Amino acid sequence: MPDPVVVVIEDEPQIRKFLRATLEGQGYRLFEAATGADGVVEVGSRQPDVVIVDLGLPDMDGLDVIRRVREWTAVPVIVLSARGGERDKVTALDAGADDYVSKPFGAGELLARIRVALRHTAGASHEGDDAVFNVGDLRVDLVRRQVFVGDKEVHLTPIEYKLLTTLVHHVGKVVTHQQLLRQVWGPSHTEQAHYARVYMAHLRHKLEAEPARPRYLLTEPGVGYRLVAE
Amino acid sequence: MVGLFVAAGRYTSAVSGERPDPEALLARVKEEEARGRRGKLKIFLGAAAGVGKTYGMLEAAREQTADGVDVLVGYAETHGRAETDALLVGLDLLPTRAIDYRGTTLREFDLDGALARHPALILVDELAHTNAPGSRHAKRWQDVVELLDAGINVYTTMNVQHLEALNDVVAKITGVVVRETVPDSVFEQADEVELVDLPPDELLERFKDGKVYMPEQAEEAVKNFFRKGNLIALRELALRRTADRVDAQMRVYMHEHAIGKAWPTAERLLVCISPGPESARLVRAGKRMADRLGAPWVAAYVETPAQLRLPPEVRDRVTQTLRLAEQLGAETVRLPGQKMSEAILAYAHDRNVTKIVVGKPRRRLWTRILIGSIVDAIVQGSGDIDIYVISAEREPQGVPPAPVGRRAIPSDWAPYGWAMAVVAVATGAAWLTLPFFELANQVMVYLLGIVVVATRYGRGPSLVASMVSVAALDFLFVPPVFTFAVSDVRYLFTFVVMLVVGLVTSGLAARIRMQAEAARQREQRTAALYAMSRELASTRGLDELLKIAVRHISEVFGSQIAVLLPAQGDEGLAQWAGGQFSLDSNELGVAKWVHEHHQPAGLGTATLPGAAALYLPLQAPRGPVGVLGIRPADRHALDSPDQLHQLETFSNQTALAIERAHLADEAQQAQVRIETERLRNSLLSSVSHDLRTPLAAIKGAATTMLEGGAKLDPPTRQELLESVREEADRLNRLVQNLLEMTRLESGALQLRREWHPLEEVVGAALSRLGKELADRRVDTQVPRDLPLVPIDDVLIEQVLVNLLDNAIKYTPAKSPIRILATSTDETVTVEVADHGPGLPRGDEDKVFEKFYRGLPGGRGAGLGLAIAQGIVKAHSGRIWAQNLPEGGVAFLFTLPLAGKPPASVPADA
Repeated sequence: MPDPVVVVIEDEPQIRKFLRATLEGQGYRLFEAATGADGVVEVGSRQPDVVIVDLGLPDMDGLDVIRRVREWTAVPVIVLSARGGERDKVTALDAGADDYVSKPFGAGELLARIRVALRHTAGASHEGDDAVFNVGDLRVDLVRRQVFVGDKEVHLTPIEYKLLTTLVHHVGKVVTHQQLLRQVWGPSHTEQAHYARVYMAHLRHKLEAEPARPRYLLTEPGVGYRLVAE
Repeated sequence: MVGLFVAAGRYTSAVSGERPDPEALLARVKEEEARGRRGKLKIFLGAAAGVGKTYGMLEAAREQTADGVDVLVGYAETHGRAETDALLVGLDLLPTRAIDYRGTTLREFDLDGALARHPALILVDELAHTNAPGSRHAKRWQDVVELLDAGINVYTTMNVQHLEALNDVVAKITGVVVRETVPDSVFEQADEVELVDLPPDELLERFKDGKVYMPEQAEEAVKNFFRKGNLIALRELALRRTADRVDAQMRVYMHEHAIGKAWPTAERLLVCISPGPESARLVRAGKRMADRLGAPWVAAYVETPAQLRLPPEVRDRVTQTLRLAEQLGAETVRLPGQKMSEAILAYAHDRNVTKIVVGKPRRRLWTRILIGSIVDAIVQGSGDIDIYVISAEREPQGVPPAPVGRRAIPSDWAPYGWAMAVVAVATGAAWLTLPFFELANQVMVYLLGIVVVATRYGRGPSLVASMVSVAALDFLFVPPVFTFAVSDVRYLFTFVVMLVVGLVTSGLAARIRMQAEAARQREQRTAALYAMSRELASTRGLDELLKIAVRHISEVFGSQIAVLLPAQGDEGLAQWAGGQFSLDSNELGVAKWVHEHHQPAGLGTATLPGAAALYLPLQAPRGPVGVLGIRPADRHALDSPDQLHQLETFSNQTALAIERAHLADEAQQAQVRIETERLRNSLLSSVSHDLRTPLAAIKGAATTMLEGGAKLDPPTRQELLESVREEADRLNRLVQNLLEMTRLESGALQLRREWHPLEEVVGAALSRLGKELADRRVDTQVPRDLPLVPIDDVLIEQVLVNLLDNAIKYTPAKSPIRILATSTDETVTVEVADHGPGLPRGDEDKVFEKFYRGLPGGRGAGLGLAIAQGIVKAHSGRIWAQNLPEGGVAFLFTLPLAGKPPASVPADA
């Protein structure tokens, strides 16, 4: 497999420099664009495996970059955004971004997100999800529809199970409330955000050792949920 | 004209001296300063039309133009004379303004055009001209005054007959009544008066040649006017008037330079005004006397209770006379009093008056003998004041005081009807008692009736009642009964006594009634003013103040009130929303003029009298604060100066209140500024330290690695890199807090409330602080059945993070932390407790203040708890801290369970 290609659309030279050092050190091939317009061209011509977009670009809104890119490709898009801009993150995610990293971020955090994104691309290109999902003590057997914590099987209701498998399907990535509601309850329930929260609490009580200090099912306040990948 | 001269010694002023007193000098200096800014007025004065005033003015203007002065011809009336027209060639002409008036187009001087053009010198012919209706000012001389105020020099022309003070003299000499007059004060304030003189013979020659244009006069009148005798007299008037001016200038000069000893003792003249039509003459005579004496003068009107009853047109005439006196430069007063002579003398002694001018009494001889005349009374009490008695001839017909709108007086016959009814009742009572009593008792019954009528219905009805009573008594009770004949002559005496008693009683009763009425009116106004001031004094806020003022003024004056305030930022005026009527653009123009010139205008004044309302400037000590508009239900309700003075008192109170409100606002703003400044300083000192420390560490580590390079051993490198990361995190938290604080304080914070399980928010906070909490036991007790809470999860997570962060900073490493949530029907309470040293006693509230730090040099900017407090308050919750008995401190906050709970979540199998 050739080195994965990453396109970075970011106007700050210092950040680009840091990303170049980090990513090239990890064996990625990097292409940079300082404006949204250049970025869209780069994505079109380089056929990247991952795109990293800063939401605050000088020439156009990062959201528009995402929408333009989504017109022709399903390439994973990771958004860079400042903390406090939860609304922007949700909008970006609902507009088609796959994940986000809040500035300031560490190299480890970004690399983890890229790895998750690449794994999803790889998973999609191979035949479907793995039959069994494993993280820590948690094991989900997707074929037999069984869930284990350690050796003990846990009984889930159908909605709880569907909620869990939706998260497993997006493992490592943040899933917004809207996405969860649409996929678990259907498109007519997208206004009932508290449904997801209540069922998530049920799930935690069944799967987590300390529901108030979760290890697997993390909350991203104002954005959604994330099932840890590793 | 001076009929009777009564000399009574000479009053010497106590303030006479050889040296001009310093205050007077100062006043003169100020006057001169004001004059310097004002434009200079030059009047070309002629004895009659046709002497060549306009010609003279244009010639002078040409000379000025030749000297390079910017001259504009604002208005010149050449009457088509070729030689005059020729002078206009080459001069800058201001286009006239066209005014449509009843189908004809009138050409008028364009005041606004002139002000906009602002030349150095402007020519405005015919100072006495009356402007067409619809112009800003009623008279052209008012236009000129405005030009002068704007600092423009003015050349103008006028005839001597147009001088207000000479008006009646001219009318007497020529038999022609001149309606257009110029106040003497304008003439006197002229910086220069040039007499354009032409001997009468030459003028007559010109007149015969048709070179004199006399408008709007019948040919006969013109012929009468242009008689040699008239012209000689007019010429003499003009010459004398000019000479007087020169004389006055000379005196001023001498005074300024303290030359000579011939200072006349200070004179002050008092003119007594009566309600009669002859008073205008009295005023003019007084003016001429005062001028000759160079003395200040006062026109006084004594308002006795009886005069309050005078018909409105008579009271209007008094008002007009007082206005005339004011225009002629007098100070005017209205003196309340029982007796005219007493009031006048008391005032005269008070003000050191040296001469009193009164009208010759009109009462018939016998009344004078019986009741005495006012003049006699004044002469008797005058002491060393000179009294001048002026013949009280009627004004020549056709010189009415400036027309005042007539009011229909509703004739009220009801009181007379009641008077008759009372007499009828008295007659009935007398008739019933006839068999039992003597005639004397019937007389008493009638007298009782007269007293009743007098007290209730005033003088007229009681007079009628007296006479009818006498008649009824004679007819019904005095033998021979049912005839007016009298058998016994003694009864005649009874009638006379009864009539006199009736008259005197009715007079007394009526006077008491009038006094009570006058007192009541005064009392009412004073009370109204007092009530307004008191309410204003106890009110804060401009809107509230204005509401009160509008309500009171509207009630007292039966008018609708509007208030205009200076618009924010620019020069204009904006209508206050709480006014009772709104102004169209014309009325706004009037208000604007008032605001700029600080003078009343509009209805009932000489400026823009066509307006629908009267506008008064709201004049406060620090300057104008707005304009008050008064639209009375009856257009003439505000005509009397008394009303106007009252209104001014009210508007002054209002202006003071507005200024007070402004001052309070300013004081508060200053306070806020100081407070903000103080906060900013404390923020700057705190933040600069907190920002620099991590920056210093980062820069230090980075430069060490750059310069040390390969020489550093790997553990040291690692350590330096770790410190860079930690310090960057610290910096990030600080910036985050600052941003959060700014957001909270600027009000930009918007809550996005949704129903959340609290456990989830706690979990998110604990995850965020995962690294910092790694070595601590966190005991979390969130009951499973805790209801969903309506919160902004991002913000409440921040509260928890800040509280936990606080606990981490101020408690020993590895000491446990407890998070406890409880709920009632209304609230959820969250507690974050630690096992640290606790708070210093008394600091439980202070910890939430901005920049408060538990330990000197503690890490963090002292913002975390302040932010937590801000967020909790935004959720309508409460946050507080308390030391725990077992040690440590607990921070608690409540979250209200307000609002409609969400639809219950459908269960699944």
